[in-house]
Amino acid sequence: MDSANQPNTTTTMQLVLAWGFVGIPLVLGVLQTLVNAMQLFR
Amino acid sequence: MGILSFLDRDHTVAGPGYSRWMVPPAALCVHLCIGQAYAYSVFNLPMTKLIGITQSTPEDWKLTELGWIFSIAIFFLGVSSAVFGRWVEEGGPRRAMFTAACCWAGGFFISAIGVYVHMLWLIYLGYGVLGGIALGIGYISPVSTLIKWFPDRPGMATGMAIMGFGGGAFIASPLSVWLMSKFTTATHVGVGETFIVLGIVYFFFMIVGSVIVRVPAPGWKPQGYVAPTQSERLITRNDVFVYDALKTPQFWLIWWVLCLNVTDGIGVLGQASAMSQEMFPGHITPVAAAGFVGLMSLFNMGGRFAWASTSDYIGRRNTYFVFMVLGFFLYCAVPYTGSIGSVVGFVCAFLVIISMYGGGFATVPAYLRDMFGTRYVGAIHGLLLTAWSMAGIFGPVLVNYIREYNVTHGVPKAQAYNTTMYIMAGLLVIGFICNFFVKAVDRRFHMRESDNRGVEPVGLRAGARA
Repeated sequence: MDSANQPNTTTTMQLVLAWGFVGIPLVLGVLQTLVNAMQLFR
Repeated sequence: MGILSFLDRDHTVAGPGYSRWMVPPAALCVHLCIGQAYAYSVFNLPMTKLIGITQSTPEDWKLTELGWIFSIAIFFLGVSSAVFGRWVEEGGPRRAMFTAACCWAGGFFISAIGVYVHMLWLIYLGYGVLGGIALGIGYISPVSTLIKWFPDRPGMATGMAIMGFGGGAFIASPLSVWLMSKFTTATHVGVGETFIVLGIVYFFFMIVGSVIVRVPAPGWKPQGYVAPTQSERLITRNDVFVYDALKTPQFWLIWWVLCLNVTDGIGVLGQASAMSQEMFPGHITPVAAAGFVGLMSLFNMGGRFAWASTSDYIGRRNTYFVFMVLGFFLYCAVPYTGSIGSVVGFVCAFLVIISMYGGGFATVPAYLRDMFGTRYVGAIHGLLLTAWSMAGIFGPVLVNYIREYNVTHGVPKAQAYNTTMYIMAGLLVIGFICNFFVKAVDRRFHMRESDNRGVEPVGLRAGARA
């Protein structure tokens, strides 16, 4: 069946999960890089 | 066709109520994974000690041999995005993302076998060829989908995804180092096991992206969005067939604009650590230089989102004018910062330059959409990425060879990069001229309603004609 015909309302929880899934590893990586980058100013 | 029909474009059409804000994370799932390519160098040194363990032996691979792995991957990125662009466009994002996931993970698994049996050609084949194909398909897979979901903010949307490619290294680098430390013993270097774990993790991530991605239904448009009824001077409402785009001067002008912008950025990105230490001996230590490289990577990533989003307001052509003009002055200023010993000036100049390098990548899909319409924008983008492959050769060669020439001819190391900086500035003048000549595409290249080349995929014109 064509999925376009099926109601598929995105919930806030789905949005939070999707963004968290990619956002958390990215933020952790950025923070780690920032900590390393601070060496430039010491 | 059973389970594979799940990958068809028809099965990815969004139902009522689907939020378009689910699409950027889907795109990021792919781009964050393939962005690992920027962190591949963390494997180079460990792979020179696979036999000797603590130090290289004559039987171990040389760094020069290992350097080809990344070069082959970038070469196949350009080739595959050009060759498979139309297939990606017509088959939809889910099939492309799934294929990219299989190739990316498969590349890691084949490379792991190559490490175990110590056959370098298997790594060339695995990470180089198969991984490179995954890079090409994965890179372009979400671009046109995002443009169709965000007709009101195409620059911001593609900027978000392409930002992920810049940010992939932030995750891959510490993760790879940590995994290698866990798998390495006194008698074994844990590169092969790390490849296997990365292959599994990346496959899972990319499959999640392919599952949640959707294309908009025919006629869909964002709430409150009113599509322009007439084409603006540099934003068309018409589509150009993928191979017809190659016949337009606009394609080649933008190709050169991207190539020159990337040549400048990629040249200094690869040499940033050595350059900063040689230009400021005693002021910038190796540890500080590593911090500088990390900071540049952050600006490379942030610039992708910031500049592409800005282009939604000031226009793509103007954004590239900013890159060319600002870049010109900054490159000319770098030798001056060296002569007066201004580390802060040097660092600030390169951070802005590298943000524009990333911004050039992220703004170009929306530039192509403005010129050639939405229908084949992904495929045309794929063809344009050959400029990246070309720049990947030009940039480092320009920086390395001119520095080498200067040093062997008695120029102090602190001034050995000055000539290169002025050449980089000159390249941006050429880029400015190319960008200046970009005008609207001639009407004879526009597709007609009766044009039956290619398939009219479901929902494809939702954004442009809604």
